[in-house]
Amino acid sequence: MSATTLIAQPSHGESFAVGLRRRVVLTGLSLVYVLLAVPALALLCILTTSLGVAVVGVGLVLLLVFVPLNQQLANVHRTLSSRILGAPIERPYLRPAAAGGLGLLRSWALDPARWRDFAWTWMSVTIGWALSWISLGLGLGVIWYLVFPFVYWITPEGTFDTNYGLFKLDTQGEAFLEWILLAVALFIWWKLEPVLMRWRAELDRSMLAPSRETLQRRVVEVSQSRAESIDHSAAELRRIERDLHDGAQARLVALGMNLGMAEEMLAHDPEGAARMLAEARAVTTSALGDLRSVVRGIHPPVLADRGLVGALQALALDMSLPVSVMISLPGRPAEPVESAVYFATTELLANIGKHARATRAVVSLSHDGAVLRVVVEDDGVGGAEVGAGSGLTGVARRLGAFDGTMEVISPVGGPTVVTMEVPCALSSPKISPSSGTD
Amino acid sequence: MRVVIAEDLALLRDGLTRLLQAYDFEVVAAVDNAELLLEALREHEADIAVVDVRMPPTFTDEGLRAAIQARVERPGFPVLVLSQYVEQLYARELLSSGDGGVGYLLKDRVADVSSFVEAVRAVAGGGTVLDPEVVSTLIARAQPDSPISKLTEREREVLGLMAEGRSNAAIASQLFVTEKAISKHTSTIFMKLGLFQDDDDNRRVLAVLTYLQH
Repeated sequence: MSATTLIAQPSHGESFAVGLRRRVVLTGLSLVYVLLAVPALALLCILTTSLGVAVVGVGLVLLLVFVPLNQQLANVHRTLSSRILGAPIERPYLRPAAAGGLGLLRSWALDPARWRDFAWTWMSVTIGWALSWISLGLGLGVIWYLVFPFVYWITPEGTFDTNYGLFKLDTQGEAFLEWILLAVALFIWWKLEPVLMRWRAELDRSMLAPSRETLQRRVVEVSQSRAESIDHSAAELRRIERDLHDGAQARLVALGMNLGMAEEMLAHDPEGAARMLAEARAVTTSALGDLRSVVRGIHPPVLADRGLVGALQALALDMSLPVSVMISLPGRPAEPVESAVYFATTELLANIGKHARATRAVVSLSHDGAVLRVVVEDDGVGGAEVGAGSGLTGVARRLGAFDGTMEVISPVGGPTVVTMEVPCALSSPKISPSSGTD
Repeated sequence: MRVVIAEDLALLRDGLTRLLQAYDFEVVAAVDNAELLLEALREHEADIAVVDVRMPPTFTDEGLRAAIQARVERPGFPVLVLSQYVEQLYARELLSSGDGGVGYLLKDRVADVSSFVEAVRAVAGGGTVLDPEVVSTLIARAQPDSPISKLTEREREVLGLMAEGRSNAAIASQLFVTEKAISKHTSTIFMKLGLFQDDDDNRRVLAVLTYLQH
């Protein structure tokens, strides 16, 4: 959404040329608004009818098709009006809580933004439309008076004779007198065009921007997920501290003791010293093993090396059941998102390994321009539930910190499909590291 | 035998140099990044390169990429890749960079000096050496209905050691049995897995790995 140009308001010390261009653009936009009222009217009729006949199934089907279309139309207006106002108009929609036709309809019905969209459609074909027409009319008036003498010239004698009461315009020379009215029309257009278009855009904003309640609810969500992430990372740090304390640190202490004893024994019991040294070597190996698992828990090296794509491929190879990975990702998400999605996927695959009794799993990764989507499917026994103590709750919490969502469809008897979605942008594709296969 | 070492941490680079020199290797260059490694390999007629995966400037996997690049420039050139952690993915990439002369080990294995030196010699001689951690994951991945589940505990142990690139003699000494017993095990394994029995050590490793990675 490029909303940097404040075209409804003069920039400071604006030149005549810039002011003129601004008004011409605004007049052009008023034409766009007038034309957009046509689909708006169509949508309004269909939506109103569909709501009326929602009790019979066909209304619901129509709603499934036309509510998103209305959203598209509203989004176009959000973009246009935010350009006029020079401030972005955020999209207020809640993420649908459930998939499937009825689930979607239920989420929409509970989403105030959808109802506000509907009210806005009413506005845009009534007051909004009138405002746009007046704005367009002001521009058309200017053009009309500008070209009047030429129109008079090329049309048959008498077509555009005008009787002003005191004065009758009926010669080509007099036709040029209309340019006096041109000055008036120009003046009105110059003064009112920005004002009217601004009103129109403000109307859009008042109905299309997130309402106060939406923003308040959002703040509550954000502070809750922030508190959860802080708790989570504090718990993670405690776990890491404990792992290091009980693992690598303890082993290094043992190593020191082994070496000390070997030093003592070297003179009088070389064989015993050699035994101690061999033991010391074994201790270093297990200390390194401990450190490796701690590091993997913090940030897996392969994730640092290859990003999410490589890390998921590597993860699939480490699983004990065949996992196919399907990826269509034009760039890389931000590192924290990569890490959250990686650990979430790790947890899901580990769950599959532990509980699902599956013979295979599929991980697919895609990005639709705004949302990163990871789908993990298995052909196991199903019955997975998000709830207290379940690993899935932890996954949902991890994603929550990034406004991500998780949806689990797992009927008893399987299969299980878990869909994770995280809104994020992708960085431009990095040159992919060479692989041995090319 | 002429060795080039690439490792960015001075402590480990010097340690490796001293260790290999103690076993009569000639360390012709010891460098701290991938670019210098490739230069050193073009300059010196080395017999093997010992390469750390993570090096400057990005500290990701440039060592691995340089190793593969070196094998593109000189097909079959022996490289032993060392890392603080091992990945199946990297093992696959190394193995598919051409037959033989490849090693992939955890840095921990250096502590077992004699088998590390043996591994360097094996790779320089065109052999394949894989870390036990890679191999154990490969074997653990076998499905319940795979012929691998028909192997006995001991046969699985032997299969693992074969996949790591050990010769019959090395396997025998590790398991404290005779070489003859091992060759009996290997032929049973090959029969159970339906693989063609090959006496060449390196071809045998590759057959086993291909089987496990399929």
